[in-house]
Amino acid sequence: MTTLQAEQATENLPHEPEKATLEGRNKILGFWLFLAGEAVLFGTLFATFLTLRNQVADGPSASELFSLPITAVATLILLVSSLTSVFAIQAMHRADKKSLLTWLTVTVVLGFSFLCLEIYEFYEYVVHYGYGMTTSAFSSAFYTLVGFHGAHVIFGICWISLLIGQVAKKGLTVVTAPKVYVSAMYWHFVDVVWVFVFTVVYLLGKVVG
Amino acid sequence: MDWLTTVDHKKIATLYLIAGGFFFGIGGIEALLIRVQLWKPMNTFLNAQQFNELITMHGTTMIFLGVMPIIFAIMNAVIPLQIGARDVAFPFLNSLGFWTFLFGGLLLNLSWFMGGAPDGGWTAYAPLSSTTYSTTHGVDFYTIGLQIAGLGTLIGGINFLATIITMRAPGMSFMRMPMFTWTTFVTSAMILFAFPAITVGLVLLSFDRILGANFFNVEGGGNPVLWQHIFWIFGHPEVYILILPAFGIISEVVSTFSRKRLFGYSSMVFATILIAFLGFMVWAHHMFTTGMGPVANALFAIATMLIAVPTGIKIFNWLFTMWGGQITFNTANLFAVGFIPTFVMGGVTGVMLGSAPADYQFHDTYFVVAHFHYVIVGGLVLGLFSGLHYWWPKMFGRVLNETLGKIEFWTFIIGFHLTFFLQHFLGLIGMQRRVYTYLPNQGFDMMNVLSTIGAFLMGVGVIVFLINIYITARQPAGVENDPWEDGRTLEWSIPSPPPEYNFKQLPLVRGLDAYWKEKMAGHKEMTPAEPVGPIHMPSPTIIPFVMSVGLFIAGLGFMFTTDDFGNSFLNFMFNKYIVVIIGLGITFGSMIVHSLNDDPGWHIEPEEQGGKGVEA
Ligand code: HEM
Ligand SMILES: [Cu+2]
Repeated sequence: MTTLQAEQATENLPHEPEKATLEGRNKILGFWLFLAGEAVLFGTLFATFLTLRNQVADGPSASELFSLPITAVATLILLVSSLTSVFAIQAMHRADKKSLLTWLTVTVVLGFSFLCLEIYEFYEYVVHYGYGMTTSAFSSAFYTLVGFHGAHVIFGICWISLLIGQVAKKGLTVVTAPKVYVSAMYWHFVDVVWVFVFTVVYLLGKVVG
Repeated sequence: MDWLTTVDHKKIATLYLIAGGFFFGIGGIEALLIRVQLWKPMNTFLNAQQFNELITMHGTTMIFLGVMPIIFAIMNAVIPLQIGARDVAFPFLNSLGFWTFLFGGLLLNLSWFMGGAPDGGWTAYAPLSSTTYSTTHGVDFYTIGLQIAGLGTLIGGINFLATIITMRAPGMSFMRMPMFTWTTFVTSAMILFAFPAITVGLVLLSFDRILGANFFNVEGGGNPVLWQHIFWIFGHPEVYILILPAFGIISEVVSTFSRKRLFGYSSMVFATILIAFLGFMVWAHHMFTTGMGPVANALFAIATMLIAVPTGIKIFNWLFTMWGGQITFNTANLFAVGFIPTFVMGGVTGVMLGSAPADYQFHDTYFVVAHFHYVIVGGLVLGLFSGLHYWWPKMFGRVLNETLGKIEFWTFIIGFHLTFFLQHFLGLIGMQRRVYTYLPNQGFDMMNVLSTIGAFLMGVGVIVFLINIYITARQPAGVENDPWEDGRTLEWSIPSPPPEYNFKQLPLVRGLDAYWKEKMAGHKEMTPAEPVGPIHMPSPTIIPFVMSVGLFIAGLGFMFTTDDFGNSFLNFMFNKYIVVIIGLGITFGSMIVHSLNDDPGWHIEPEEQGGKGVEA
């Protein structure tokens, strides 16, 4: 698509471009279904974690290990990134390509900062405390649950970055709009899961022990 | 090449059928080897290790790689036609689902050639499946192969759900959907909620084995019973994922060949949903002897027995459908009618097993083996044969030979009952399951001989079916739209096999059994719901194939990360995760390529659509 065509496409955009075509609607529905499956996936991981959270063997326990300030900051960052992705979708509905791209970029940057904090946290545990996957059932469950969430964040970052490139190049069309919309759904989901992680893993671990 | 890149649901159905049939054959050979080993006491045909590998691979192969894909084959062939759609909602994902299943299955079976198959039983109970007790890479092939194959199932489930929700022809409300579409819908929903659980379970088990995690390792604080919960919260619904489509097939076949509408349609729908719901509530009936305590056992026992109620509704509705109908006993209907009493027997022994105190007696004996084969073979496999005979003309434009079909039916069903009926009694007098041999003169000897003979008879039945396919395929195609003449649903209103776009014009549905309704009103065709116009088709693509190859490579790489190959290059490639990264790179790389190239598809113009067009 030439730039000219892309400009035109952006101008004639329907109000909710993500739902303008059958493909777009199918994509959104399919994605809701996918998220339902993801919810079961994380549900099983949480159940596993809850079963094993006191099985620390001779490793440290949750209250000895975690530092709440870092995770609280991480949580804040991720929650804000959900908000910025809402701004992105609002911009899309106004057919404002520029502000859409800006907000998506902000979302990616926030996601990336979250990731850095998490990597720092894991690095501390593994390198400073020598606390790894094999230490205890608790550590296995912890790294698996939080790591799974982290992998979702990485995937989301790559995905949204790719979309930024695509929208910049091809413009905002009825083909790109559903993709952006779906990626925002994904991002909200990842954030919601983190709220549970923060509560169940960190708060519960620190407060109840 | 055409077959590697196709996204057409009808061709993908054929691919599923061939691949599923292939694995079903392997599983069958494994079953026969097991039966040869057990035909006499103290047999030395196999040793204990080989026997364990064979039962593990037999169960795993049959369930995940044999019958599931054949179900998906029938669904793919039939669902878009039954709901009046031109394809599934996501043709690309449909192809991806097939290829991940196939490569997962190939990976799993590679274990036979790479140092030993999985040997912990198809349930892979910890600690049997831990590196302490299962020292080869067998269980790694199990976890990773099933992981990749399971991905395909999940994708398929989501695809069918979306297809049925959004792609129904105008006028087809939910309560006008054919019963097979309904059961596919509910089955897909169950897949969506059950498969992620096993996904997690398989991840945890492979982390335990490969990364040294402690989920199921008691010394590190792990909990083996956790594996059982995760496995069965998937595993029990899986049984209904298998049987519900068979229920759907039987409903279609019985009503077509009784020339009557299905008795109690809405109660059938309701019963299907109820079974699915209860299916998720009863997983722990597999764990009565694990020591959950009397309260949990009682609750799970009651919930289990409740399932008999909706199932009973179904059975009676089939009987009432036949009651007073003009019944045609061709092969498809013989299998359907044979299904009913056989499945009832499986259900009755299920209620017996569902009683916790009784299960302490039955557990891990041949009684259990007899029970689940009555359900899975006597239920599902009979249902699949029925469905294949019924829809074969639609799929391939040829009716299967009836004489051979009847020979197939009788050898298979006689062989089946001979094999498994006796195993109830073997179990009751104490023959243990999963043990590679037994002592003479315990009363087991004669029944085991007969059981083995029965198994071979079933094999004969399957071979007759293959001969039938071969002979039929050599005859010219060209059956009518509606070869049974009593077709009731939309698929029978279009040519056999259907053209690439299925419906030239989407049909207008005016009631349950839409096509039958039009026929009764004296019409020969469905009333179209749209004018003739260009039809949009998705382009073929190789990307799903490449993505699955990538996963296959990554899986192999991950499995061997801790091995010492005695070769510095190989050690480097595997121990530093290079192979994993290459494999995942291929997968994600092709995903990116796919997402960057928006597929505009192509159009079939009205002139190319053949036949006479009807103005809407
Ligand atoms: C076609 C004829 C079949 C024969 C003769 C046969 C025979 C057997 C035998 C002898 C066992 C071993 C029992 C033991 O020692 O524990 C077994 C186990 C099993 N079979 Fe079959 N089978 C057949 C078909 C099927 C089918 C179609 C399925 C599923 C779709 C199936 C699923 C299983 C399962 C899940 C197990 C349990 C494996 C385990 O204990 O880990 N079988 N079968
Ligand atoms: Cu069960």
